[in-house]
Amino acid sequence: MSVLMSTLDPRSAQDPMLPHPAVIESIKPEAYGISTFSLAFVDPAETAAYRFSPGQFNMLYLPGVGEVAISVCSDPGEPQMLGHTIRYAGGVTRAIGRLRVGDVVGVRGPYGSSWPLDNAAGKNLVLVAGGIGLAPLRPVILSVMRQRDQYGRVLLLLGARTPADLLYNEEIGRWREGGIEVHVTVDLADENWKGQVGVVPQLFYRIRVDPKQTLVMTCGPEIMMRFVIYEALARRIPKQSVFVSMERNMKCAVGFCGHCQFGPTFICKHGPVLNFAAIEPFFGKEDF
Amino acid sequence: MTPSLPRVAASVVIAKASLQKVFDNLRVSGFSLVGPTVREGAITLDEITQMSELPVGWTDQQSPGHYRLKQTREPQYFSYSCGPQSWKQYLHPSRLSLFSVEKENGNWRVQPARNLSPRYAFIGVRACDLSAIAIQDRVFMTGEFRDPHYARRRGPIFILAVHCTQPVSTCFCVSMKAGPRASGGFDLAVTELPDNFVVEVGSEAGSEMLRDTAWEPATAFDLGRAAQACARAEREMQRQMRTDDLPRLLYDNLDHPRWDEVATRCLSCANCTQVCPTCFCVTVEDHSNLAATAAERTRVWDSCFALDFSHVHGGNIRPTIRSRYRQWLTHKLASWIDQFGVSGCVGCGRCITWCPVGIDITEEVQAIRGKG
Repeated sequence: MSVLMSTLDPRSAQDPMLPHPAVIESIKPEAYGISTFSLAFVDPAETAAYRFSPGQFNMLYLPGVGEVAISVCSDPGEPQMLGHTIRYAGGVTRAIGRLRVGDVVGVRGPYGSSWPLDNAAGKNLVLVAGGIGLAPLRPVILSVMRQRDQYGRVLLLLGARTPADLLYNEEIGRWREGGIEVHVTVDLADENWKGQVGVVPQLFYRIRVDPKQTLVMTCGPEIMMRFVIYEALARRIPKQSVFVSMERNMKCAVGFCGHCQFGPTFICKHGPVLNFAAIEPFFGKEDF
Repeated sequence: MTPSLPRVAASVVIAKASLQKVFDNLRVSGFSLVGPTVREGAITLDEITQMSELPVGWTDQQSPGHYRLKQTREPQYFSYSCGPQSWKQYLHPSRLSLFSVEKENGNWRVQPARNLSPRYAFIGVRACDLSAIAIQDRVFMTGEFRDPHYARRRGPIFILAVHCTQPVSTCFCVSMKAGPRASGGFDLAVTELPDNFVVEVGSEAGSEMLRDTAWEPATAFDLGRAAQACARAEREMQRQMRTDDLPRLLYDNLDHPRWDEVATRCLSCANCTQVCPTCFCVTVEDHSNLAATAAERTRVWDSCFALDFSHVHGGNIRPTIRSRYRQWLTHKLASWIDQFGVSGCVGCGRCITWCPVGIDITEEVQAIRGKG
C-alpha cells in the first residue's frame, strides 16, 4: 500500500497545532442548521501564503470549546476568502453557529489530499454529492467552471433529504449555465417539488457514461458512497477512477493523534480524498 | 599505555562502582538522569542521581496480568525486565500544554507553550525500548509534519542502554527482532556481569562519559561472558510471535470469530495502550477561564479503546469492544507497517503483563492464524 505514503516535503519546524486567527467576514444561511462562514486571516502574511486545492480542509478552533475539521467550500482561485459550510452537529460546530460577523475563529490548514483535477484534463467528471457532502465538491465545480474547456462532460448528481436541505440552491442555475449538467433528487419531497424523489445513487439511471473517460468523485454519507461506487463499477468504471472523500474523528490533522485511522490510511494526511482502489478492502467493513 | 578515553565501538570493562562516575560525569555535563528505581512495589522510572537508587538486588516476576518484585541474594543493578513505564513518558509526555489564547477587544494573542525540558540521560534502556524510541522517531519526525515537542526532547538525550540478560515470561523481543541485545542507537551499552560491567561505546559522547572511570579494554573472556549472558536471555525467552505472514494475516481476517471471543474477555480499559512504548495516540483538551477570555489547549494521551475515540456526528465508528480490540491489534502489527515501514510492536510484553485479564497479544495472533 505504498500509494499511501506521503511524498510531500516536511513543512516548517513551527508547531503545526498553532491556530491562526481569522475574522468571520460573512455568514450565509444555507439550510436549517447549516450556514456558510467566510473567513479571512487577520495576519496579511497568512493570507498571502495560504493556498488550497479542492477537497482540502481546515481545522477551525474556538478557544475553550475545541477544534473541528471542515472542508473548504470556496473557490481555490480566491484563497484570500475561505468558505466553510458548517452543519451544527456537535459542541464546536454549535458554538461556531452562535458567532457573528466580525468574530474571530482560529484556522490552521489546509490539510489533506485533494480531488484529482490535475489528472482530469479531457476527462468526463461525475460528481456525486449527498447533503453537506456537496461542500467539499463545490471547489471542484468552481474550478471546472474557470477552465470549462479543459474537461469533457461534467455532471453533478446531487441529493438532499428534502428540497429545503439543498445547499447552494441559488447557485445551481449558474452552474448549469457554466456547463455543468446537474441532476437533483430528494429523499422526501414537499408539495412544490417537481423533481426526482429517491436516493442519490439512483441518479446514475438517468445518465450515460463512457467508463474509460470518466472520473467519479463522491462525498456524502458512507452508505451513500458505497452505493455510488456500486453503480459506478456496474457501469465498468475502473476502481482507480473512483474517488471518495471520507470523514473520521480528527484531533490534529497532521497524523499524530491517531484518531482518523482507517486501516493503513490516515484520513487527515492520505485523505480525505482517497482512491477507491486503495481502500477497497476496508471500505464498508463493519465498525472499522 | 591505555589512552584516556576509549574509541567509539570499543568495549571496555569498568568496576561496578565506577558507574557512579559515569552518572557524575553526565550530571556535570548538564544531563538530568532518569533511570529505574523501586517505587510502590514496581520498578518505575524517575530522576536519579546515585547508583544506589537503582533497584539493587531486586528482580521482577511477570506473567499475563501479574507483576511482582522479588528480592534476590545477588546485588545486581539491572536484574529485571521492563516495568510498567516506558521512556515515552519523557519524549511524548502524557500531558503537554500546546498553547494558550488570550482574547482582548476581539484580538487574539496565541502564545505557544514553552514546555522547557531538561536534557535527559536515560539510564538502563533495554533493547526493546530502544527499538520503541526508534519507532516513535519515525512517527513524530519523519512525515510531512514533525512534532516539534518530540523533536526538541529527543534531540539532546543521552542513552545508556542495558543489554538484557533477564527476560520475563511475557517477553518476546526476539520474535520482533528488537532484543535482547541493543544493536545501536545508544551512547553506552552495558552488560552486567556478576563482578563488573562490560561497556560498549556507541558514540563520542558515550566515550566522554567514561572519563576517570578506570576503564580497561575488555578481554576476549569478558566479551565472551557478556555474549553468553545475552545468548542465554535469548534462549530463555518463553513467548514468540510469528511475523512473516503479517500484515496480510490480519487484513485477511477482519471478520474472524476470534475478535468476538477476545471481546468477551477484554475490558477495553486501555491499559495496554498506556503501557505500550510505541502507542502514540493523543486527544486535545481546552481549559478556559470563567469569563472565556483565555484558554489553554493541552494534549493528553488517548487510547483507541476509548469509546469516543472514533466519535463522529451521529455516533461512534467503533462502538464495540470487538472493533476496538481489532483496531488496536491490526494497527500495532499490520497497518503500522504500511504507515511507518516497521511493526508497532517491539515484544516488550508490557501489554500482556499489565492487562488486568491477561490477554496475550501473541496468543491472539496465533489464534487468528489457526493451526496452519
